[in-house]
Amino acid sequence: MDNQTVLAALRERFAAEILAVNEFRGDLSLTFTPKGYLAAAQFLRDDPDLAYTFLENLCGVDYLGRKPRFEVVAHLTSMRHRHRVCLKVGCDEPEPTVPSLTPLFPTANYQERETFDLLGIRFDGHPSLTRILLPDDWVGHPLRKDHPLGDEEIAFTFNQERIYARKPFVRE
Amino acid sequence: MGIEEKAGNLGIVTTTLETVVNWGRTNAMWPLLFGLACCAIEMMGAQASNYDLSRFGMELNRASPRQADLMIVAGRVSRKMAPVVRRLYDQMPEPKWVIAMGDCAACGGIFNNYAIVQGVDEVVPVDVYVAGCPPRPEALIDGIMMLHQKVMREKISGKKESPIRIDQPLVQVK
Amino acid sequence: MTEPITVPTPQQIIEPAVAGRTETMVLNMGPHHPSTHGVLRLVLELDGEVVVNVAPDVGYLHTGIEKTMESKTYQKAVVLTDRMDYLAPLSNNLCYALAVEKLLDVEIPERAQIARVLLTELQRISSHLVWLGTHALDLAAMSVFLYAFREREQILDIFELVSGARMMTSYFRIGGLAYDLPSDFIPTVEQFLAVMPSRIDEYEDLLTANPLWLERTVGVGVIDAQSAIALGLTGANLRATGVAYDVRKAMPYSGYETYSFEIPVGKNGDIYDRYRVRIAEMRQSVKIVQQATERLRELGPGPVVTSNRKVAPPPKREITESMESLIHHFKLWTEGFKPPRGDAYVSIESPRGILGCYVVSDGSPKPWRVHFRAPSFINLQSLAHMAKGRMVADLVALIASLDPVLGEVDR
Repeated sequence: MDNQTVLAALRERFAAEILAVNEFRGDLSLTFTPKGYLAAAQFLRDDPDLAYTFLENLCGVDYLGRKPRFEVVAHLTSMRHRHRVCLKVGCDEPEPTVPSLTPLFPTANYQERETFDLLGIRFDGHPSLTRILLPDDWVGHPLRKDHPLGDEEIAFTFNQERIYARKPFVRE
Repeated sequence: MGIEEKAGNLGIVTTTLETVVNWGRTNAMWPLLFGLACCAIEMMGAQASNYDLSRFGMELNRASPRQADLMIVAGRVSRKMAPVVRRLYDQMPEPKWVIAMGDCAACGGIFNNYAIVQGVDEVVPVDVYVAGCPPRPEALIDGIMMLHQKVMREKISGKKESPIRIDQPLVQVK
Repeated sequence: MTEPITVPTPQQIIEPAVAGRTETMVLNMGPHHPSTHGVLRLVLELDGEVVVNVAPDVGYLHTGIEKTMESKTYQKAVVLTDRMDYLAPLSNNLCYALAVEKLLDVEIPERAQIARVLLTELQRISSHLVWLGTHALDLAAMSVFLYAFREREQILDIFELVSGARMMTSYFRIGGLAYDLPSDFIPTVEQFLAVMPSRIDEYEDLLTANPLWLERTVGVGVIDAQSAIALGLTGANLRATGVAYDVRKAMPYSGYETYSFEIPVGKNGDIYDRYRVRIAEMRQSVKIVQQATERLRELGPGPVVTSNRKVAPPPKREITESMESLIHHFKLWTEGFKPPRGDAYVSIESPRGILGCYVVSDGSPKPWRVHFRAPSFINLQSLAHMAKGRMVADLVALIASLDPVLGEVDR
């Protein structure tokens, strides 16, 4: 199994849904439309020759300044063929939404929740899309590029008096 | 503190009582089993046989805060975990002490961001800070020794001593 | 796969109880509990002592590592990777370094490759020792904890010899190693290898045929191979179900294809098989370390960082002699190297499972996005599937056998 074989198989069925193909450093990645993303993942999993049954990684990326702004990246691995392929799908503001892979791959559950929590991308069809890493009442999505890092000024001897006067130290 | 406080300042009687009470407290201080992150592994290493902590009477790590008197905050405290730390501290009975082990507990460490409380002294009052990332078991033992010395200096009136500030730089450059 | 796989959330267990369901009891196994696996909160739905459902609530150690790495240059971000899976920091370093090196497309010298394999396998042994110690401690076999930490101290001494730090070494940098191996490295490792296989025999003597251990672990927490793959369970947990998938053999990195070792595989997918698989993995790691030590001895001294001066700095003495070296040094220190635009994903076999690192570069010295596929985070999803119908005490053994590290789960 190599990049060309799987690319040919996908092009045969989803030629209309493939928006971009990229082969970088030996890894194949395809950008799909949302409909094609779900269908391609199902095809790759169920086809007996391809057998990409293991969803290795699912995450989101915020490309601030680009349209579409967000991208969800899923890496599928075929344990039998020892090969990996990357599916990407873009989604845009104001309500970025992408089909969920959880009905196909139960392992996507936590990973999609994490992407929702940190980036705000919603997943259609996810059984329970709630925050996972941050407290439930947190406002905002920290991994977005327009969310600040939230760092505190570093205290040196010349400014420590000012900083420590404002820090909420506990005395009892 | 009860009867010792009411006995007032009876000179040599209360001084000896102070020494005895403090000696008793230092020699069998039971830590709360409270490892959060990487420093917890070094704390476990300090508990293990190579850097034995049980020679200081700290062999028993109590899981229940009601039975512990020392809370070693070992690891980074995230914003979700901070109320839990405070609640555990509140559940510990007096007298209680807190060691902030590691850079993350002392000042937020290398994680200067939205998710980590910048120093556990924003949540609980700390007695001794142990620096390191993670501090070696020997450094933790040094911190515990420093706490023992601090406890030995405690007065019966129960007033906590003010923190010892180092105002001059440690190395004089001429 | 008989019943459908569900991964419950705490709200799904708590809300019906609040609404008035009384047949089952909801119990909180809070973030602070006497099991050294970290700050994991479990919400249990119990029918007496039997677990009907269990939902992990994670996030109590969320550190924002991925966001913080975006504000540091590539090389500076290496220290943050140590703190994720804090039982195997060198594995995290290796994964991140391999991902960025793939982006940069640099050659790593042979000596650095062998040292990476050697130290990663030592790290695997030390991580499995902590697993063994804490797992046994959870099931009240306390002597094993002390024995395991005795060996671990020896390994940590080796790490300290090499990098100066016992745990958070940050020894694998992008482009090779941080410093060259010291001259007494090989004798120290050989001293360790002289004792190690017999110590593993000691642990096995205590536990493998122990009727109490067998009673607690055989047939408990069974998962079949198909569910395991569907749930994304990896590492020794997957191999215990019979699937012989190890990234070191399937998609080798750092020269693993040139070492001879086996992949231990279990049969039933219960806790006992996971225990046997990890013990066997320790033995295989000792074998790999032996081979790597021999190779290092044969290879002799050599460079430990790539010769690509745009990535790794030149040796300090060259700066006074060559203008080019000075400029490279200056650019690397003030700006950092700039990988080409693109993204790369690399996965390695960490002691917990498949650790992956996805790096996106926009051509600037700081990474645009770094994401870690944390094995413990994904392995936790299978907890509900494995724990249904078991008792609470089995749940404790189950968590220990999954070997989660909360730093990695929450990042």
